[in-house]
Amino acid sequence: MAKPELMDFDKALELYEPVLGFEVHVELNTATKMFSDAPNYFGGEPNTNITPVDLGLPGSLPVVNEQAVRYSISLGLALGCSIAESSRFARKNYFYPDLAKNYQISQYDEPIAYRGSVDVELEDGRSFTIPIERAHMEEDAGKLTHVGGSTGRIQGAEYSLVDYNRAGVPLVEIVTDIIYGADRDAPELAKAYVSTIRDIVVSLGISDARMERGNLRCDANISLSPRGSGILGTRTETKNVNSLRSVERAIRYEIQRQAAILSAGGTITQETRHWHEDTGRTSAGRPKSDADDYRYFPEPDLLPVQPSAELIEELRAALPEAPALRRRRLKGEWGFTDLEFRDVVNSGLLNELAETVAAGAAPQAARKWWTGEIARLANAAGVDSSSLVTPQQVAELIELIEAGTLTDRLARQVLEGVIAGEGTPAEVVDKRGLAVVSDDTALLAAIDEALAAQPDVLAKIRDGKVQAAGAVIGAVMKAMRGQADAARVRELVLERAK
Amino acid sequence: MSEISAEQVAHLAHLARIELSPEEIESLTAELGSIVDNVAKVTEVATPDVPATSHPIPLVNVFRPDVVGETLTQEQALRGAPEHAEGRFKVSAILGEEQ
Repeated sequence: MAKPELMDFDKALELYEPVLGFEVHVELNTATKMFSDAPNYFGGEPNTNITPVDLGLPGSLPVVNEQAVRYSISLGLALGCSIAESSRFARKNYFYPDLAKNYQISQYDEPIAYRGSVDVELEDGRSFTIPIERAHMEEDAGKLTHVGGSTGRIQGAEYSLVDYNRAGVPLVEIVTDIIYGADRDAPELAKAYVSTIRDIVVSLGISDARMERGNLRCDANISLSPRGSGILGTRTETKNVNSLRSVERAIRYEIQRQAAILSAGGTITQETRHWHEDTGRTSAGRPKSDADDYRYFPEPDLLPVQPSAELIEELRAALPEAPALRRRRLKGEWGFTDLEFRDVVNSGLLNELAETVAAGAAPQAARKWWTGEIARLANAAGVDSSSLVTPQQVAELIELIEAGTLTDRLARQVLEGVIAGEGTPAEVVDKRGLAVVSDDTALLAAIDEALAAQPDVLAKIRDGKVQAAGAVIGAVMKAMRGQADAARVRELVLERAK
Repeated sequence: MSEISAEQVAHLAHLARIELSPEEIESLTAELGSIVDNVAKVTEVATPDVPATSHPIPLVNVFRPDVVGETLTQEQALRGAPEHAEGRFKVSAILGEEQ
């Protein structure tokens, strides 16, 4: 694939206005699937978490999961949407083996939630209102693995293997209206929007919302309008964007790619494009089908959903604090400065921090680890921090430091062990033998040995040259392979000099 | 007479993955046209006091509690599969993508 021409981002923005639209799919964390009582779990042995409904076997009939409906209504309400008095399911017909039925049960003309809006905050504190067109219920598809062929991609694959464990997992698809006026904030706005949706579903407790696991997926639509023309350009839909960083990068890339084509007199093909995390590019996928080609029609196996006003009010009353309000509250509770707090929010680590604090850690210590060492490791690995460790693990690590079992330096090694999957922090301490040597006898033995090697040190300390202790502390730390608390060693050395 | 064209029938046949001969397309074009005409007649007699419905039974909100039930074993799941490998259904590589 030849490297496509890209226009400088600033130049592209001078010539064109980006017009955006997003489709975010949220996998609900119900116990069972949308239309069958199979477990909503797709990590296990292939084709074990399925029922005849998920395989579309003859005679099987779907039945709607009540909890999934409640979750969808809650999400609709949190997005400021109206909840439809009557909503129904529809069949979306297509032939692809990711669903065994040859159709997906979705919603089409009567979604459960419609017309809302979400306020999104940019890094510098500016707020932007994203209009929501609708949120509808549907089922996820199975997972295909393409086998054979040189690249592992579908071109040249010899055959494909299908696992239907994910087929039928409840999804809510959130569709925005066309978003105008994002201008040069478009990449950041895209990231902030997806991040806000993630905050909302996490606060509702209705999804695990792990982007790297596909619990939350964003399709980003983008087109360019020649500045001042008022003419909408042809859009592309970028898929496979599975981290917040990628959302931002993919939008930026598409703006630059489309601008280069348009300014050279070319035309944009209406198509899906695939984001490639490794190369930071998108590549052409299939041409976008017309909605007509899906031959949607009302699902005859299912009945309309007509939530009562009482149910809607019950769910509205149970809505958690809106993420923006929650942020203000947490900032106050943690006593963070504006800068400290923004640093946490911009790193997308607010929930991790809140959960770490809830698990017992001091806010400043939690902030230090998440925005420091963990963020550094995540950056180096090119993944989100939340995929490396859990808040509970971080809280435990901090507890071990405060109990004096670990120094910061040892804690960093323990963290590496936890990330490498060696167990909980306490288990890693045990397995790697990393605990601080808090046994004074062992420390004193090492100190005496170091003092014997540097006999003039004690005299210097007694003369008031306390900094001379440094050489001994260094020798002791080395002898203890770093597993000593330097402050304690210093105390003991100074005691010896008395 | 409705305006179903031979092109539309051919396109529909492709979407449904049905192979049709030119003769079949021709006869189906006429048949589909008259079906559409007949359905249109129903629309003519329907009055505003007859609400549109997608279901003949006046039931709503038929739900299932979110409780895990019995699942198929992998062996049961794959029993009807023409081909399988590694616990999964084996299908020919299809040029297409997730929808």
